[in-house]
Amino acid sequence: MSRIGVFICHCGENINGTVDCAKVAEAASRVPGVSHSVDYKYMCSDPGQSMIKEAIKEKKLTGVVVGACSPRMHEPTFRRACAEAGLNPYLCEMANLREHCSWVHEKSEATTRKAVDLIKSMIEKVKLNQPLQPIKVPVTRAALVLGGGIAGIQASLDIANAGHQVIMVEREPSIGGHMSQLSETFPTLDCSQCILTPRMVEVAQHPNITLHTYSELESLEGFIGNFKAKIRNKARCVDEKLCTGCGMCAQKCPTKKISSEFNAGLGMRSAIYVPFPQAVPNKPVIDKDHCTFFQKGKCKVCEKVCPTKAIRYDQEDRIIDVEVGAVVLATGFDVLGTDFFPEYGYGRYKDVINGLQFERLASASGPTLGVIKRPSDGKVPETVVFVACAGSRDPAKGIEYCSKICCMYTAKHAMLYKHKVHEGSAYVFYMDIRAGGKMYDEFVRRAIEEDDVKYVRGRVSRIYEEDGKLVVKGADTLLGHEPLEIRADLVVLATAGVASSGAEELAQKLHVSYDSHHFFAEAHPKLRPVETNTAGIFLAGACQSPRDIPETVSQASGAASKVAGLFSQEELTREPLVAVVNRTAPPLYSTCTGCGLCMPACPYQAIEMEEIRTRDGTVVKVAAKVNPGLCQGCGTCVALCRVKAIDLQGYTNEQIYAELMAL
Amino acid sequence: MGAITHSRKSNSLPALLQKFTGVAVSRCYQCGKCSAGCPLAEEMDYTPSRILRMLQLGLDGHEDSILRSFSLWVCLACETCYARCPQEVDIPKMMDFLRAESVSRKKVNPRGRDLLKFHQTLLDSVRYTGRLYEVGLIAGYKARTLNIFQDLMLAPRLYLLGKLKLFPHFIKNRKSLSRIYEKTGA
Repeated sequence: MSRIGVFICHCGENINGTVDCAKVAEAASRVPGVSHSVDYKYMCSDPGQSMIKEAIKEKKLTGVVVGACSPRMHEPTFRRACAEAGLNPYLCEMANLREHCSWVHEKSEATTRKAVDLIKSMIEKVKLNQPLQPIKVPVTRAALVLGGGIAGIQASLDIANAGHQVIMVEREPSIGGHMSQLSETFPTLDCSQCILTPRMVEVAQHPNITLHTYSELESLEGFIGNFKAKIRNKARCVDEKLCTGCGMCAQKCPTKKISSEFNAGLGMRSAIYVPFPQAVPNKPVIDKDHCTFFQKGKCKVCEKVCPTKAIRYDQEDRIIDVEVGAVVLATGFDVLGTDFFPEYGYGRYKDVINGLQFERLASASGPTLGVIKRPSDGKVPETVVFVACAGSRDPAKGIEYCSKICCMYTAKHAMLYKHKVHEGSAYVFYMDIRAGGKMYDEFVRRAIEEDDVKYVRGRVSRIYEEDGKLVVKGADTLLGHEPLEIRADLVVLATAGVASSGAEELAQKLHVSYDSHHFFAEAHPKLRPVETNTAGIFLAGACQSPRDIPETVSQASGAASKVAGLFSQEELTREPLVAVVNRTAPPLYSTCTGCGLCMPACPYQAIEMEEIRTRDGTVVKVAAKVNPGLCQGCGTCVALCRVKAIDLQGYTNEQIYAELMAL
Repeated sequence: MGAITHSRKSNSLPALLQKFTGVAVSRCYQCGKCSAGCPLAEEMDYTPSRILRMLQLGLDGHEDSILRSFSLWVCLACETCYARCPQEVDIPKMMDFLRAESVSRKKVNPRGRDLLKFHQTLLDSVRYTGRLYEVGLIAGYKARTLNIFQDLMLAPRLYLLGKLKLFPHFIKNRKSLSRIYEKTGA
């Protein structure tokens, strides 16, 4: 006979305000099998928990029902209390009297009756509960970092320096990401490449980091601590071991008029190329879509000039299998092109560029070697207009969020322009200046006060060409919306930051949730900002939402510390709420008929077929077997099994029926 | 529609303002606290922060509007704006400069002309006596404006109260005072 203890919590007035808790406890005490039933103001408090512990010891309880809030809130609390008193924690259940009853109903007799029913139902379930033991799974102490921008670099270095293996995957030929494209960085104006390239080299040389550039994640299977990833190493057509990075091939390549991705379309590159001189690794790739040999079948100039004979036209993509315990997503962001804006010319005007293109113009490693020249005719612009919020905060264009970095980089751009062209005029059209951050507002004020950048509060309505000038039409809302127009030589649109291409497919591949803009979703916006809802997968940087370098780096370090914390354990403990295939005495062995229908139904590939053998090794039966490390307890197989041979521990069919029958 | 053309010129109003007074209009971040606290903002055609914004932006016609504005003459130079400005923009100094520019470029607002005459009479009186000489001030103001009968009925009572001294009191060293006038070019 069961000896169940029932504990009804008032939750202050949250439950007791509409439910007569004393009456519920009294009704529960009359249920057969209940040997203890009390109510108390705060069951989760220390005295409340002590009441449970003492009752377990004194009355030798075989099960506990706590009528309180949602199990999401306090199930771990009460189960821990039971365990401390010597009762298996899985013999403790919660009836949700708050969210399911008191909060959603008026104070009435019926509300109390419903509470009594919920308790009764849970008492019947607990009578059938079995003591369960947590599942231990080993942890593979290696991390997969997707993305080789500053977020991925920081996360990789932090994890590697903590002594763990890191596998970094970058889809471009070089790591570095957008940060390697920037000229100077706000608010200190230190050179972006100068602070980034040493880190890139550190990644390449770190003994704990394996770098896969020009590679993409093919698939990811498994679960926290035990992921299996397939990485596609795209064919570079260059033997990386032989190549010395001398650059002869790129120099001699006859196909040179290809728009350079690194220079945001403002420069040219050859078909065999290294994206930029400081690339890591400094090994070229052949762009097959533009290579004369791959397109027309002859050329092979690079093969002829290569002093180490490193060119391999027949190289094929390789698939690499790796096992990791955690994944850090650091796939970054993109910026919208100028062709997104009909009112600013659909990208038709050569001298209307976006912020990333201006970075390349201002960068010493850029196509103009740092001289600000406009793309159309190479003249140094006398008047430059910067347009903030180009696309951002524009629900009509489908981007209602603030891209966060534009206010700062626009101030920086205007400042850089004024530093390089002293006699020039710089105008910034803005809606608000969002300069929260250490030394950020001071930086913007410096642009306005010391560098004489004219800030105009208002959105630009239209840009059109007239007599070789770009006419920018706006209004100053600080002057009673007085319309004004500026005849500019160059217009820089601070276009919105958007999710990087392929983010949605990647999220689906990893079972990570994402928002309507394809930015990856964190588990909790405030308290779990670097975790995803999928255990073992973490976030760093602008793949979550647009953000600046300091924030990205701190988040990457945060994600790395989460990974290091995970790797600090020998094994992980998981809830034993998994499916099991029953076993019976011979000659039946199991009611499972071995039909195998459950195998393809399992979303986690947790079911395999097992041969049951006698002592002499003869196979007597083939039955399903659930891998408790992979099973997530979803119950799909339970619902599907025709002979009811599979059941879910903690939520058996018998338990659920008992719960229902009590109502 | 205003087109921005002259903002970079060295003879623009904000450039001259900075040159002669050190007041940089770019300091103003348009919070509006000056206008909110100005006791005479309601009488002004352009509030102090708006004048600053017009100077910042430098649209065609704005300089003329400022120099012809009534605000310059309504301003009491009470310095409430300056005391409260978070960016420490010396608005009273700016107003002084703009008044002087308005006079020298002959752009004084018609409604401000009497006020200007009052200022001039006051300065004359001080130049002559070294301190305020009420009867001289009144006589001078009336002569300049031809408002002979304005407030005339107040005179007997003021006289009886001893507020109007018929003869001026002079300060001791009037020469040094006139040197100040010469130096400032008033």
